[in-house]
Amino acid sequence: MAATGTMRRSFGSLAFSISKRAFSTSPSPVDANGLKSMNLFSAINHALQIALESDPRAYVFGEDVSFGGVFRCTTGLADRFGKGRVFNTPLCEQGIVGFGIGLAAMGNRAIAEIQFADYIYPAFDQIVNEAAKFRYRSGNQFNCGGLTIRAPYGAVGHGGHYHSQSPESFFCHVPGIKVVIPRSPKQAKGLLLSCIRDPNPIVFFEPKWLYRLAVEEVPEHDYMLPLSEAEVIRQGTDITLVGWGAQLAVMEQACIDAEKEGISCELIDLRTLLPWDKETVEASVRKTGRLLVSHEAPVTGGFGAEISASMVERCFLRLEAPVARVCGLDTPFPLVFEPFYMPTKNKILDAIKSTVNY
Amino acid sequence: MAAWFTRSGNIAHHVKRNMGSFLRPAPTLSDSSWSRSPACLGNSPALLWAGRLESTRAQKLVDSDSENDAPLRDDDQAIDFPGGRVMLTSEMQFIPGYPQQRVHCYHLMNNDGQTNMCSSFEQVSKEVAVKMYSDMITLQIMDTIFYEAQRQGRISFYLTSVGEEAINIASAAALSPDDIVMAQYREPGVLLWRGFTLQEFANQCFGNKADCGKGRQMPIHYGSKKLNYFTVSSPLATQLPQAVGAAYSLKMDNKDACVVAYFGDGSTSEGDFHASLNFAAVMEAPVIFLCRNNGWAISTPTSEQFRSDGIVVKGPAYGIQSIRVDGNDALAVHNAVRAARQMAIHEQRPILVEALTYRVGHHSTSDDSTKYRPVDEVKHWEMGQNPVNRFRKWVERNGWWSEEDESQLRSSIRKQLLQAIQVAEKMEKPPLADLFSDVYDVPPSILFEQEQQLRETIKRHPQDYPSDVPV
Ligand SMILES: Cc1ncc(C[n+]2csc(CCOP(=O)(O)OP(=O)(O)O)c2C)c(N)n1
Ligand SMILES: [Mg+2]
Repeated sequence: MAATGTMRRSFGSLAFSISKRAFSTSPSPVDANGLKSMNLFSAINHALQIALESDPRAYVFGEDVSFGGVFRCTTGLADRFGKGRVFNTPLCEQGIVGFGIGLAAMGNRAIAEIQFADYIYPAFDQIVNEAAKFRYRSGNQFNCGGLTIRAPYGAVGHGGHYHSQSPESFFCHVPGIKVVIPRSPKQAKGLLLSCIRDPNPIVFFEPKWLYRLAVEEVPEHDYMLPLSEAEVIRQGTDITLVGWGAQLAVMEQACIDAEKEGISCELIDLRTLLPWDKETVEASVRKTGRLLVSHEAPVTGGFGAEISASMVERCFLRLEAPVARVCGLDTPFPLVFEPFYMPTKNKILDAIKSTVNY
Repeated sequence: MAAWFTRSGNIAHHVKRNMGSFLRPAPTLSDSSWSRSPACLGNSPALLWAGRLESTRAQKLVDSDSENDAPLRDDDQAIDFPGGRVMLTSEMQFIPGYPQQRVHCYHLMNNDGQTNMCSSFEQVSKEVAVKMYSDMITLQIMDTIFYEAQRQGRISFYLTSVGEEAINIASAAALSPDDIVMAQYREPGVLLWRGFTLQEFANQCFGNKADCGKGRQMPIHYGSKKLNYFTVSSPLATQLPQAVGAAYSLKMDNKDACVVAYFGDGSTSEGDFHASLNFAAVMEAPVIFLCRNNGWAISTPTSEQFRSDGIVVKGPAYGIQSIRVDGNDALAVHNAVRAARQMAIHEQRPILVEALTYRVGHHSTSDDSTKYRPVDEVKHWEMGQNPVNRFRKWVERNGWWSEEDESQLRSSIRKQLLQAIQVAEKMEKPPLADLFSDVYDVPPSILFEQEQQLRETIKRHPQDYPSDVPV
């Protein structure tokens, strides 16, 4: 499932460029500040390399990981670190996560790949009942904090039901795990390294639409970005927009268009969905008085609902309009109807306007 | 054995934690409450189980253990254990994990299409054989043309069955149209055999309004209610336990039919595969599990998938009769599946068939297999073990097929296919209403609401939406 479909998505200029020249994966030279132009899968690859290098007890495994993975994120790692540390597993997601929990419980960093987020469900029991509750149920005698589960998620233009899903909200209902989603190459590298080194099990969803498309100057060195800290990536005064992952590029476009019509939008990347940074969102909503949340997953029961409820609890009197949610439809993810299903820039823009003019 | 009991003193060490569990009415042989002091059976939950433990020898054995009697002779030692008598032995022996000799492979026809004079097998009539061969060629040409259409960006995805034509067609030919098929995805030939038209294949791949799946799924996710072919779903092995449920229904309805579930070597690693074999055995369900062992699961070779002697040996572990067959030998596949079907239906039991073959194509249009496997290996199978060439030679030997038939067939199929994809491509997409239908039997109010909103959005921003979807 390489990203070869028609690009119906519009991209913004966030901190990175989404180049149409896409498929270039040749490494570009490192500049004087130690920055290197990288796409998202290379940034992930870089983070994994550093994780393996900096900790001899780190392991990378999953289906088809040896040859580089179907999205090329693990390219070169087996050659460099050996088959004992970077390896293919049998085709069994519950096995992959269960194995990862055991490995992590013995004091290792288990970095497991689930080939598509759509195929994480066979591992749901291991994640929800085992990984998430291991520390708690053992009275903190045991934990599997070294476990990080990476999975590509989200729309890609032609993925249909089973190569497009955004299952993050299922996992946001599970105390004991963290859920992290990066928006760009630089974010991906820093957040993934934090996840790998965080002493809690983490599900890390990677926006697969951006694997090749998003290119950004990424520091070459080992760095970490904080978990559970949202980032205000665009300052504004009229309305707060909250999102994560690939959706931020779409939201940014809407912000740019809204600005042309005199509406000042504040855009927040939540980055960590569980446990999430309510304070940053609250501070912003207190400032703007309006909130819009957008995600690809179906609107009903999506994580937008949690953000919306929390802000109503915290800033009810400050809100000047109902919280707007621009999300996926309450249908399975469809193939030919994908452009209709998606929370597009114009759907967001319309919602911004109606919220501001409420 | 008794000596071993004595020496080990307490064989119950590993089951001790189960003691006193009222959830467990049947303590195992090594449960300490039984092996050490049978007297306590009377007031333990083990009483529920005592009736099933009829072996007085086992009783003696236990007595001898507790009283330190002389050991009993090996030969008359056995215990009746749920499932049947189990002989005892003082020889400590682990069953090998891998057999000295691999399970044999049922095979009828060599690469020149010659069959062994001595082997007795069910003959295939001229009519059936010619249809089998024609469908194999059709499948090949369909793969070539659709693959090319994907390369040209006309469809979003494709996946070929090259190398597995015999499994596809010969197994289908051995079934009855009433048998229910639950495919993985590399089995479009079964549908072809049953009469799915080239136009129907094309419509699905183009996701147009004539696609039975209403354009909702990726290409190759075919399905046909009228042809008893359950719609393909991408998550692997999920169809296998479902196949058992469907087979149980056929059983309860006394149908003269079975379910046939197809899957790859990779899928056998999924929990669902193991669940399904066990369910099928216990439920005595008329289901044929047909594994296409093609050596690869995307980039993962079978050596990194399992360490058993393939798939066939897993059947007996679950109590299922199993056979290994040369998947590139259409006659062998046909005969094996035909026999499997007879057994599944008449004996009301599951059968496991492992067909040895090779995935000659890339995994799919998203894959480049030169990254992980030698081209020589592919060539070996493509040239040396080609299932279609082999069958052609056999059909020719019978005088049922000529060079002329061949070229006529090829050009006719090619024409039909090119026509089919042209029609499919021009046809408009399913209407927008199909985005919201079928989520439930009737749409809940929230979907009405979302549809209304969407229609208003489309009016405001028509440029955001593809023009080939009727709104
Ligand atoms: C549950 C699940 N995990 C992972 C995948 C991704 N995937 C699609 S096909 C495939 C390999 C399947 O190999 P095999 O069963 O041998 O079938 P083959 O492709 O060889 O016919 C994988 C890993 C999936 N579709 N479903
Ligand atoms: Mg395979």
